[in-house]
This record gives sequence, structure tokens and C-alpha cells, in this order.
Amino acid sequence: MAAAGSSDAPEPPDFGILKRLARDQLIYLLEQLPGKKDLFIEADLMSPLDRIASVSILKQHEVDKLYKVESRPVLNTSDQFCFLVRPRIKTMRYIADIVNADKMSGRSRKYKIIFSPQKFYACEMVLEEEGVFGDVTCDEWSFYLLPLDEDIISMELPEFFRDYFLEGDHRWINSISRALQLLNSLYGPFGKAYGIGRCAKMSYELWQDLEKESEGDSQGRKPEIGNVFLMDRDMDYVTTLCSQVVYEGLVDDTFRIKCGSVDFGPEVTSSDKSIKVLLNAQDKVFNQIRNEHFSSVFGFLSLKSRNLQAQYDRRRGMDIKQMKNFVSQELKGLKQEHRLLSLHIGACESIMKKKTKQDFQEMIKAEHSLLEGFDIRESTSFIEEHIDRQVSPIESLRLMCLLSITENGLIPKDYRSLKTQYLQSYGPEHLLTFHNLKRIGLLTEQSAGETLTAVESRVSKLVTDRAAGKITDAFNSLARKSNFRAISKKLGLIPQVDGEYDLKMPRDMAYVFSGAYIPLSCKIIEHVLERRSWSGLEEVVRLLNSNESVISGTASSTMWGKWAGMGGLRAGGIHSALPHPDSTAEDNPAWEAQRMVLAVFLGGCTFSEIAALRFLGKERGFKFIFLTTAITNSARMMEAMIEAKA
Amino acid sequence: EDLLCIQEDGTVLIYNLFCEFKRHFSMGNEVLQNHVLEAKVFHTEYGTGVAILTGAHRFSLATNIDDLKLRRMPEVPGLQKPPSCWAVLSQDRVTIVLLAVGQDLYLLDNTSCSVVTPPGMSPSAGSYLRMAVSFNYRCLALFADSGYIWMGLTSLKEKLCEFNCSIRSAPKQMVWCMRPRSRQRAVVMAWDRQLMGVGNSTEGIHGEHRFVLDEDSYLVPELDGVRILSRTSHEFLHEIPEASQEIFKIASMAPGALLLEAQKEYEKESQKADEYLREIKDQKLLPEAVSQCIEAAGYEHEPDTQKSLLRAASFGKCFIDKFPPESFVRMCQDLRVLNAIRDYQIGIPLTFTQYPLQDGAGLLGPSRLVLRRLYPLAIRICEYLRLSKIQGVSRILAHWACYKVRRRLGKDKSDEEVAHAINQKLGDTPGISYSEIAARAYDCGRTELAIKLLEYEPRSGEQVPLLLKMKRSKLALSKAIESGDTDLAGWAPLPVPTCPHSPVAPQFCKHQERETLKDLYNQDDNHQELGNFHVHSSYSEKRIEGRVGALQNAVDEYYKAKNDFAAKATEDQIKLLRLQRHLQEDFDKPYLDLSLHDTVSNLILDGHHKRAEQLYREFKIPDKRYWWLKLSALANRGDWEEMEKFSKSKKSPIGYLVRVSL
Repeated sequence: MAAAGSSDAPEPPDFGILKRLARDQLIYLLEQLPGKKDLFIEADLMSPLDRIASVSILKQHEVDKLYKVESRPVLNTSDQFCFLVRPRIKTMRYIADIVNADKMSGRSRKYKIIFSPQKFYACEMVLEEEGVFGDVTCDEWSFYLLPLDEDIISMELPEFFRDYFLEGDHRWINSISRALQLLNSLYGPFGKAYGIGRCAKMSYELWQDLEKESEGDSQGRKPEIGNVFLMDRDMDYVTTLCSQVVYEGLVDDTFRIKCGSVDFGPEVTSSDKSIKVLLNAQDKVFNQIRNEHFSSVFGFLSLKSRNLQAQYDRRRGMDIKQMKNFVSQELKGLKQEHRLLSLHIGACESIMKKKTKQDFQEMIKAEHSLLEGFDIRESTSFIEEHIDRQVSPIESLRLMCLLSITENGLIPKDYRSLKTQYLQSYGPEHLLTFHNLKRIGLLTEQSAGETLTAVESRVSKLVTDRAAGKITDAFNSLARKSNFRAISKKLGLIPQVDGEYDLKMPRDMAYVFSGAYIPLSCKIIEHVLERRSWSGLEEVVRLLNSNESVISGTASSTMWGKWAGMGGLRAGGIHSALPHPDSTAEDNPAWEAQRMVLAVFLGGCTFSEIAALRFLGKERGFKFIFLTTAITNSARMMEAMIEAKA
Repeated sequence: EDLLCIQEDGTVLIYNLFCEFKRHFSMGNEVLQNHVLEAKVFHTEYGTGVAILTGAHRFSLATNIDDLKLRRMPEVPGLQKPPSCWAVLSQDRVTIVLLAVGQDLYLLDNTSCSVVTPPGMSPSAGSYLRMAVSFNYRCLALFADSGYIWMGLTSLKEKLCEFNCSIRSAPKQMVWCMRPRSRQRAVVMAWDRQLMGVGNSTEGIHGEHRFVLDEDSYLVPELDGVRILSRTSHEFLHEIPEASQEIFKIASMAPGALLLEAQKEYEKESQKADEYLREIKDQKLLPEAVSQCIEAAGYEHEPDTQKSLLRAASFGKCFIDKFPPESFVRMCQDLRVLNAIRDYQIGIPLTFTQYPLQDGAGLLGPSRLVLRRLYPLAIRICEYLRLSKIQGVSRILAHWACYKVRRRLGKDKSDEEVAHAINQKLGDTPGISYSEIAARAYDCGRTELAIKLLEYEPRSGEQVPLLLKMKRSKLALSKAIESGDTDLAGWAPLPVPTCPHSPVAPQFCKHQERETLKDLYNQDDNHQELGNFHVHSSYSEKRIEGRVGALQNAVDEYYKAKNDFAAKATEDQIKLLRLQRHLQEDFDKPYLDLSLHDTVSNLILDGHHKRAEQLYREFKIPDKRYWWLKLSALANRGDWEEMEKFSKSKKSPIGYLVRVSL
């Protein structure tokens, strides 16, 4: 370790322990109900569960049959039912129906509900209302964190985005705080914490309260992760709305990566069945291309296949002993690699086919001009045509949102006409979807606010920054604005390049969007980590409307300095004086931990952001660990907003 | 440590140490009718139990008075008069009754009654007068009217010994006197003025030992001996432990005895000390001598004797290189605590054997003190034993606070002052739960005090449930919101009508009761949400009329909300719905729920160009869209003729290149 240069990122800690903890607790809970039992699993818990415990482990603990929640059990003879569910009211109804049906038919069974990751009181109330509260026992499976990869941990709570940002539901904040507490106790104590956004702040404060309550004995332990950065998704919608062009992001956009694995259909596998592939650092081929821009993936893959062929070819001219060695040691690995390689080539071809069909290039061009802010009219008519031709409801919606958010809202005429067009194309029920999008600030109408900006900029020249900040806040309460253009200029999110942007040897994080745009979220993280404080970002924070997270929060914890916008934040840690990079030995574990950053995305994070930060880490000698409520992309975000016709 | 009083009608009254009435319960109807003839209180691993012999010569049992479950034992056949003696046994978690009627022994369990004979019983024993069961339910002693005593195991499988004593009359009391893990067992019997010990051991009580009692006495069997209580004295009869025996036996040459002697000589500054010491050292028994002294000190009740033994131990320790100090330190600590609580003002004369058993993790000692409200001593003991704050001091403080709350002495003080006084003492001691204290206050009917106390509770999560229980839903709600944890607020919506402004109420109702949700929006004049609500409910309507009705409501609300766009869009939707129904009737094909685009497109696909044209005009479909739509539909249909006609009718707004690409 000492030999490693300072720019070499440290190895991430072992997150396997999180899985083991979750598995042990689940087994413990299952054993609380001795004897044979049928297990009902919530649909969206199935994939995470698969990563934690195999069916055979469940069988070992006397799980007889497995059912999906929502499916009716047909003539079940088991005496014990166990439900593994998310704390949702709908699911409670389902369970109550089963229990009541049993009661009607005079059957007596034992019922146990295991809530993951925690129980909500509302659920108990529903059970009580349905009159089954006495018939069931409740438990919590505090399965907050699922390590998807060696540097990605997901809470697998996609509903968080809608619940918090749209419905204003704060219940999950508790879960997030507990997740942070768990990580802190296992890999902390975290030295420094930064954050931006209301949810980030609330989670942080609740987490600190939890730490105070528990008074853990984390003192004196060697920390593995030194910094935490919490960020709300609503700080940066733009990045999520862009089409992804790094390989992992493209695979996600095209095939939907679910819980770290993807189903490659027949068109990829070139056979008649689909194959489920785990996508993580274990997949050697994938690991080398996941963060690459799509344009360089093909080249890499063909080089790789040639290398592979060469390795195969070595076997010619081998004597028997060498051959034996080859077969016993290398062949298996080569075969495996070969299989993966052909899968990824298949995936690439399939992506290419789909993207060319949809005039992908044109769409990317429109996106880029939206980001840079020129030819707005042209882009608007592109979107209109997109809607008129019914290309895809999700894509159309995404482009509308991107237009709105980069332009600080649509001008009233476009706002009306695009919406009308959309309703005509995709059905009138989307009226409610538009209402949701307006509420969350993704699709808005330019209002008087536009003229206010002009006034404001004049005012700000006259009075001090602080007063201007207050005035802006007042304006913001009238119309919530994204201020993307101003922020972009301030942070230099659009790289100015002469000639072609070299995607093979990228210079900055913009490569994840073909060199057109540096993800805002990642840029903020870079900025803050570089300065170890928010200084220099005051203006941006104000433009992000997140001053309010300073105002609304009374910094109760004395250990912490001030919240965003003012200064660096320090959680109570063991090192009061941060070792400076050039003053201390590199093998100092504290320094090692200092370079480990836990990036927490509340509301989801995209693979493009992950790739960008991995790139940044490589450049600056940081190692990023990602904690997210769920992996997201533009489609998932739009779907969360769409009002289902129920 | 409660007092149980059993009344004739089967009512059991429970008093605490201060003779304050705690609660009462009844032993059931049968007991009520037949009255109690005799009652026994017993202890098992489940807790304290009560056994009652009723006037009808039947037994009723309750194995745990804290979790009352009455059990009626089966009838004993042919039992006409009360049994001469009986006892409760607990074997393998089952509680049974053993009773003697004349010369017969009966064993009563839950379901049956069986006659038993103890093995090796002398045939001339006669009828049984007394029986005694040992503290741990392992041994049984029977006294028959011939003066014959049988001692054996309660399982009635083995006889330990038998004995004939000269006294024929039944003893007033008969109890076991034994130590845990000792092989030496003895039975003590008391007559009016005489105490007799009977045993079989080779060294201890062997044969018959008589003592004279000066006064009427009462025997209490305990874990390691028998307490003899009389009006003026309190004596403890027990088997002398080996260590004490060795040391204090006359002319004992045991290492411990020599060490004690050596120390005494040393104090006298006599050279004999060296001689004694040498003698022990020669036998290499010094460590043993020290531990003997330490052990023996524990069994002494006189502080002076304890001291001299400990002094001897510490003296001996000096001559050993590596004697582990823990046992000595631990003994000193224990003795200090024991002596403190044996003080006549405290009055808990525990023996050393009982102390660790009572004490568990060093807690029961203090908690018995807490029950006696000796808070300062308890705290000092905790501090002395260096118990962690959460385990020791804070629990005591919490008890004190609860007592303080319960005691109505503070009446002259305001609730504020009491709360303040409690907070001053308790401060932020870890492990204190203010909400528990507040709950106690609320139980005593001091709601205001409870609220004041809750203010000190740092965890909102604990505040909310109690506040709700006290029906302070408003306060609970504001606390829940303050905590930022809406799940807590999830409690609060319960009485939605009472607090409609809860920010979570809408969310909650969204899943629960849609009607309440509507009322809520109505109250707030939230027309936009009301409009959305109606649109939403239109989806669940099966019939077209119902849907149109719901949508019409939505239109009204949208207008009220000044959302012209939404109102207009909804009106269009109604129009479209009606049209679609007509189309469906006319062409007998499903058109409902298609978007406008799809409707027109389907019409063209099916060749209804007129109708399509009509919709195009009625809904003001932009030209561009109409062209796209029509061309692609025609192309799909392969109707090139119509396409040509169409393309010539007007100038294409989308250019001709697109057509080729189609």
C-alpha cells in the first residue's frame, strides 16, 4: 500500500458483511416461526432477496412454498404463512383479505408479517381496521442496504423518489438515517459530511440524533470511509433526463438493469431463450467497458475477441503436458470470458439496432442543443414532431421536461400546445401526469418570474449578496425555477472544446455525455471535495434554491459547523486535524480513509453519474462509494410521475 | 417482596413492603362457596403461586399470581375429612400436590390422583402427621405418629435415611436445613419448647440433636439454612461450611487455621508467626490457606471476625508470588455491601450464599433497596460496585422519579416544580426514559405533569404515543412533525376530522378513505386537487355516464381553480368519450379509452375517412399531426390510392421526403 502513489485510489471496503448481516437476520426471523411455512414475497423484494439468500437457504429454514404477493394462493394447506413485504397499505389489505377469508372458512393458521426495511404505523393501523391485528405477528427485517457491486450500495427503494419529492412523504427519511447509521458503525466513523438539499439535511440530522442516542463505541476504530456527501435528486434533474451514452447506462436504458443483473433477450443471445447476467466488477469483460463511451466499446470488444482467439490459438503446438495444464487452468476462464464477450457484443448490436431506428443521433443533437441553450425553437419543433409521431410516451415526456428545466419553464404558448399534443397522442389521462410534473418542478410554465430575474439581476448589483439571496428566495417562492442556464455558466458545465472531443481519452467528466455536458451533481461534488467546503459555491447554492436548507434547520449538533453554503461540515470523528495530503505518509490509514467518499444520492442515481465519479476518482485519487435509494434513469423517473389509470 | 393475605372467601390481597395495598384477586367461585380451609404460598420458576384447600376437600392452584390461571385439581377419592398434612411440589415444571390421609399418601397432578408409597418405609410407621419439602423441591421428609421419620427424594424413588425419635406428638413445624450442593441433609423440627435436628451425615448432624427453645419460635426454611424467629431474637441455623470448620475446629491444623494463628502472633510481634508460616509453607499449602481464609470470611456475620480472617488472608498473600487478587477484592466488596445491608436500620440479613443468588448481575441487591425506597444507599452501592450507569444508577433514579410522581406529597408544589426537580436530579443520565416516568404520572392522573415531563424526553418517537394516549392529538401531531418522521405522524391521522390540517392526512387518506380525502380538499377549497380527485375516480367508474359525470365535476372544479387548460382538456376528454361510444356502437369495434390520435388512426385504418375528417376538424388536430397520422395509417393499410388522393388535396406541411421514408 505504501508503494502506491497518492493518485491511486484506495480499495473499497468489503461490503459483503452487509449481505451476511441481512441474511442472518432473515434466517433468525424465519426461525421465529418454527415448522413448515409458506413464504409470500413482495414482487419488488424478490430480486434483492435473490442476492441475499438463495431458495435453498430458505428451504433449509423450512420454507415450503414460495408465492408472490398479489397472487391468490390456491387451496393452500400450509398451517403457517409468512409474508415478506414492503410497508405498503395495499399489501396490508391483501394480507388482511387472506386472513379474513381464512376466518370465514374456519381455517386457523399462523400469520407472520416481516416488514422490510421497517414497519410503518399506518400499516398496523390498517391491520387493526381490518380486524386482523390480533391474528398476525409483525417483525422487521432491517435490510436497508444491498451491495450491488463493490462500490455501489442500493437501498432498493425506487418509490422513495415519488413518495418524497412528489407526495412530500417523509417516512423514508428514517430508513435513510438508519442506513447511514449502519454504515457509520461498520465503516466509519465518517470524518466529514457534506450535503445539499432538504432531504439530505433532514436525514443527516435524524442520523446524528440516532448516533447520539446510541452512543456507539465507534471511537478509536480505524475508519474506512472518511467523507460523506449527501445530495437530493431534485438538485439535479437535468443529468437524469439526458440519454445515457456510457455502456452501463445504455444497457440500463435499453434493457433495464434490475438489482444488478439484466435479462438479455433472444435478440442478444442469438438463441431462443433469454439469459440473466449479473453485471458487476466480477464480469471481467463488462468491468472494462462499463464506464466507456459507447463509441469506443465496439473497438474494445473486437480487440478483446482477437486477444481471446490468440489465447485459444496458443493451444496449437502444445505438448500433452502443456495441453493438460491449459485445459485444467485456463480453458474454463477463457470459455467464461468468451461467453460474456459474445453476450456483450450481442447487446451492443441490439442497442445499435434500436438506436438507429429511433433517429438516436437526431435526438442526441436536440438534447445537446437544449443543454447548450441554442436553437430552442428547432428543438421545440423536434419534440412536437416526436409527440405527433407517437414515438414513445416516456421519451416525449422526457424531452418536454428537459426543455422545461433547461429553459426555466416553457413559454406559455408552448406549454399549452405541447401538452395538448401530448394528450391527443397518448391519451387524456396524462392530464394528471402533467399536474404531477408541475408540482415536482419538472415541467413548468414560464411566468412573471422571468421578468423578475431581470429585475433581480439589476438589484443584486446594487445590494449585497446576502440581501439579494433573500430577494431571490422570495421570488423563488412564487415560481420554482431551475436556473439551469445560470448554474451551468457558473460551473462551466458545457466544456468549450476546439474541434472534436476525444472520447477515447477524455479530459473531464463530460465524456459521459459525449463531451457535451458535465453532470451537475458530479461537478458540485468535485467542487466541494476539492475545497473541502462550500466556499465559492454560494451563488450556485442560492440558484439551486437550497438556501432554505440552511434557514429551516437549526444546527442542533454542536459537532457540526454550518450547513451547506457556508462552510465545511464536520461530524464528530476521531481526527480533529485532517492529515494534509502532502504532509503525512500515504500509508496512514486516516489519510487512506480521507480519500474514500460515500456519495449518497437521495432519490436515485444514474449509471452516467457513477461513471463520471469513477472517472473523477481515478483522476484525483479518490474512491467513490455510491449509496442510492435506487438506481434510476430518465425512464424510471418519468414512470414514477405517470399517473396510472387505476 | 410482597405480603399475600388469603381470606376465607378465597380473595387474595397483595400488599407491598410498606403495607400499602397493591391489588387483589379471587381464587374462583368454587373457593368462594366452600371457603378456604388451608392455604399455602409457594415459589416456582414461574413465580409465586398459591395453593388452597377448600372446605369441600379439593385443591385449587394458581402457579403464578402475576399471570393468574386457576387450576382445579381432581378429586381425591374417598376423602371425607381434611388431609392430615399436604405439600406442593414442583417437578419438571409441573406443579403437583402431595397429601397424606392417615397412612396413605396421594399424589395429585393435573388430571389424576394416585396412591404412592415411599420406598423403604417402615411398615409400623403409622399415619403421617407432617411433611416437609426442601427449598429446591428435591427432598421430602415425612413424620409419622410413631415418631418415625422418613427422608427421601420427592420423586419417591429413593430413600435417604430413616429415623425414630422419642417424641410421638406432631411437631409444630418441620423444615429442611441444607446447603446447595451439599451432600449433608438434615431436617429440623420444632415443638413448643424444643428444637430437634435430625440427619444422616457423617460429620454434620448425625442422629438426634436437641436444643431448648426459650420462646415460641417460627422456622423459615431458606436456601442454605433455617431462620429461627422468635419475639426477641433472630437466629440462623445452618450447616457450617467446610472452610469455617477447618479454621475454627478445636486444635485444627488446617492451613487456614495456621495462617490465622500466624497472623495473630505476628500482631503480637512474636516469632511464632514465622514458625506457623513456615509450617504451612513447608507443606506448600499457602495459597490454599489464603483462599480458605477468604472463603471463611464470607460466612461470618461479625465484622470483627471477618476482618481478622481477611487480615490473615492479606498477610498470607504477601508471601506468595503470584496470588490472583480478584477473589480477595471481590470478597471485600461483597462483604462491605452485605454488612451495609445487614445493618439493623436497613434490615436485610442476607447470608453470603444468598447474596450472589439474589444479586444476579449485582442488581437485585440494589433493587430490593429500591423497593424499600432506600435510594441513596442503593446509588452508593451501585457506585461502589462500579456498575454501569445505565444498569445501575439510572434505573434507581428512574424508580425514584416514578415514586416521586406517584407520591402525592408534591401536591403543594406545582407540576412545573415537580417536573423541574426531577429533571434536575436526572439530567441527561443515559438510560433514563422520561416517557416512562410520564406514563406513570399519567397513570396517577397527573396529565399536566406528564406533559411537562415529556418535554424533557429527547426522543420524539417516545413522546407521540403517550401524548396520543392522553388524547392530546394536537400536541402529538406537532411533536411528530417536529421530529420530521412522518411515520410518527402516521399515528395522528387517526382522528382525521379533528385535525384536518395535518400535513400527512391527505397522503394517508389517499390510500385509506377516498371520501375523507374529498372532504379534506373541500375544507381547504383546494379545487385543483378536487378536480384531480374527480378525474381519478372517473377511472373506477364502469359506465360511460358515470365517467362523464365524474369528469364534468372535474371540469367545474378546474374552472374554480382557474386552471383553464385542465378544464378544457377534460371537456375534450368528455367529448371524445361520447364520440367513442358512438363509434363503438356504429362500427361494433372497441374505441373506448383510445387516445385521440389512435382513434383517428384506427378510423383511417378501417377506411372510415369521413369520420376521421370529422374528428380532425372537431378537435382542431394540427395539420402536421394529421398528415403524419393519416400517411402512416394509410401506409400501414397499403392504401396507396387514397394516399395519392390525399397528398394532392393539399400541400404537405411536413414535406414529401418523409413520405418516402415511410
